Amino acid sequence: MPSDKLHLSLGPVLFYWTRDHYVDFYREAADWPVDIVTLGETVCSRRRDMKLDDWLGIGRELAQSGKQVVLASQTLIESEADLRDLRKLCDNGDFIVEANDQSALQRLSSARLPFIAGAALNLYNPATLGVLARTGMQRWQAPVEMSRDDLTRLIADCRQAGVNQPCEVFAYGHLPLAWSSRCFTARRHQKPKDRCQFVCQQYPEGLALRSQESKEVFTLNGIQTLSGACQDLRHELSAMTEMGVSVARLSPRAEGMPEVVQAFHQARSGELPAPDPLALVDAELCDGYWYGRPGMDNSRTQTG
Amino acid sequence: MELVCPAGNLPALKRAVNEGADAVYFGFQNSTNARQFAGLNFTDKRAREGIDYAHSHGKRVFCAINTYPQPDGWQQWTRAVDQAAELGVDALILADMGLLDYATRHHPNVARHLSVQGSATSHEALRFYHEQFGIKRAVLPRVLSITQVRDLARQTPVELEVFAFGSLCIMAEGRCYLSSYLTGESPNTRGVCSPAAHVRWEETPQGLESRLNGVLIDRYADGERAGYPTLCKGRFEVDGETYHAIEEPTSLNTLELLPELRELGISAVKIEGRQRSPAYVSKVAGIWRQALDRLERAPDRFHPDPTWMAGLAELSEGATTTLGAYERRWK
Repeated sequence: MPSDKLHLSLGPVLFYWTRDHYVDFYREAADWPVDIVTLGETVCSRRRDMKLDDWLGIGRELAQSGKQVVLASQTLIESEADLRDLRKLCDNGDFIVEANDQSALQRLSSARLPFIAGAALNLYNPATLGVLARTGMQRWQAPVEMSRDDLTRLIADCRQAGVNQPCEVFAYGHLPLAWSSRCFTARRHQKPKDRCQFVCQQYPEGLALRSQESKEVFTLNGIQTLSGACQDLRHELSAMTEMGVSVARLSPRAEGMPEVVQAFHQARSGELPAPDPLALVDAELCDGYWYGRPGMDNSRTQTG
Repeated sequence: MELVCPAGNLPALKRAVNEGADAVYFGFQNSTNARQFAGLNFTDKRAREGIDYAHSHGKRVFCAINTYPQPDGWQQWTRAVDQAAELGVDALILADMGLLDYATRHHPNVARHLSVQGSATSHEALRFYHEQFGIKRAVLPRVLSITQVRDLARQTPVELEVFAFGSLCIMAEGRCYLSSYLTGESPNTRGVCSPAAHVRWEETPQGLESRLNGVLIDRYADGERAGYPTLCKGRFEVDGETYHAIEEPTSLNTLELLPELRELGISAVKIEGRQRSPAYVSKVAGIWRQALDRLERAPDRFHPDPTWMAGLAELSEGATTTLGAYERRWK
C-alpha cells in the first residue's frame, strides 16, 4: 500500500445478499483501487449463505490481488452459538479480525492476536484508545457520530499520548446507527425472528423507513438500523489526510459501487471535480456528523 | 435481590429510600450521565445530603457517569469520577473503557459497575471488562431473552443487574446513534435521547403532529393518546404500511419473571427513570419492594399481585407493559 496517500477500504457488506451476489461482487472488487477489504457477516447470525470457509476463500483471492484482508466480527453477540462462531472467526489463522464488540476484544486479546477496533466499540478519547493499544489494536475506526473537529483533536491527543495506530473514517454509505435483538424486516413481514424466512435477502440495499411525509429517515436492515440518507465525504478526503486520518471506508451497496470507488479514488488523487450536484447513486446524501451537526444534514443543500 | 431505584433529585432519592430501595443511583448536573435533563440531577452539596440520607438508613448509593468522555472534555468526566469517589459513593456506574481504566487506577477501592451503556451482552464481554478493569457488577442490556440471560448468568465472572421496570430501549444500549442522526445529540455524547429542545407539537388539519428537529415522528387522530416523540416509538411508513415500525410506546415490566431471575442468581433489579417525578419513583419502589419481599418469603409460590400489575401499567408509557426481549416472541 502506498503510504503517502489516504488508503481506501471496502467495508463489510451490511446487507444480506445471495451467495452468488457476494462472489460476483468480490470478484469485481479485486480490480478496484481499494487497499483494504473487510469481509464477513456483521449483522445477523441467522444469515448463513456464507460460511467462514467461504469468506476465507474470497479473502485469499483478494489477498492475491494485493488487498489487505480483514474479517469483521458480529456487532451484537447474544448467544452461545454466536460466541462459538466468534471463536472460529478469531482463530481463523489467516486474516486480522475487526472486533466489533467486547466479546471479540476478549477472545483476541487473551489469545494475543492483533485486531482492528470497530466503530461500535465507542472510541471517543485517548484513554480508551490507550487501553485498546495495550491489548493489541492495530487500527481503529472513529465513532460514526464524531465530527471532524473532535476527530482532529482526538488524533492529535492520541499522538501526544503515544497512541499512533492509524484511524479509519466511515466515508461513504448508509451509516450503521443501531442494533436490536428485534428484526425490523421480519416485523414488517409480520414474521417472528426465529422463523423470518430470511426476508431481508429481498432487500439488497435495505428497506426504507419513511416519515408520514415521505422523508427517508432510516433504512431497516434486519436487526440493524442504518441512516436514511447516504453519507458521502468525498469532498473531505484532503482534509482527512491533513488531520492524520489514514483510511477512508466505503460501505458496499448493491448498485453503483464501481463508480463510487472510482470517484473516491479520483478524489484522493486530487482529481475532485467541481462540486457535482448529481449523486453517485440514487440516494439522498448526508454529511452532517462530519460538521458537528445532526447526521442527516447535508451541507451541500444548505444555504448560508 | 437488591432493588436499585432511580434518583433524579433529592426528594426522589429520599422517597425511594423510604419506600424500600436497597440502593439508589444518581448523576451530576452535566453531560457525564445518561439522563441529562434540565432541572434534574445533583450538585455536590445535594449529592452529599442524599448519600448521608441513604447511608443513615443503611442503603447504598451508586453514581452514574455513563456517557462517553468527548475529545474536548476528558477532565469533566474524570472530575466527576473523583468527585463521586470523594463523596463516598458505594459504586461508580461507568461505560467508557478509558474512564473505567482511570477509575481503576485512581480509585481502586471504589467498586466499579459496568453501565448498560457498556453494551456487554455475553460472558466473554463481561470477562473483558472484569479482567481489564476489575468490575464487580454489570447491568445487562435490554436485548437479551431470558434463555440468553440464563446462559450468561451461568458463566459470568461478575454480579449481574437487570432492568426490571421503566422505559424500554429496544436497541443495544451504548450502540445506538439514532438520536444524534436526527438531532446532533445522543446518549453517548450528551446523555440524551430525542432531546426535548428539538421537540415540536403542532395541531394541523391532519391531526396533532409531533416532530423531532423537523422530522415528523407521529401524527395523532382526535382522541388518540399522544406520547413523547422518542424517535424509535413513532409511526413510520415502510413499504406502503404505516405503523410502529420499530416499537410501540410501551414500558418494560418484568415482575412476573422475578422467581426465574432469583433462581438464576441475578444480584439486583433496576428501575429505570431518573427523569421521573418523586411520586412516580415512590409508587414504583413501593410495589417492587412488596414484590421482592413476597418473593423472599415464598419463592415457589410467587405470583404478581394484580394490584401491582395495574399500578405499574398506570405508570407506563401508553399504559401498557411488555416483557420485551426477555420473551422470545417479542423479537
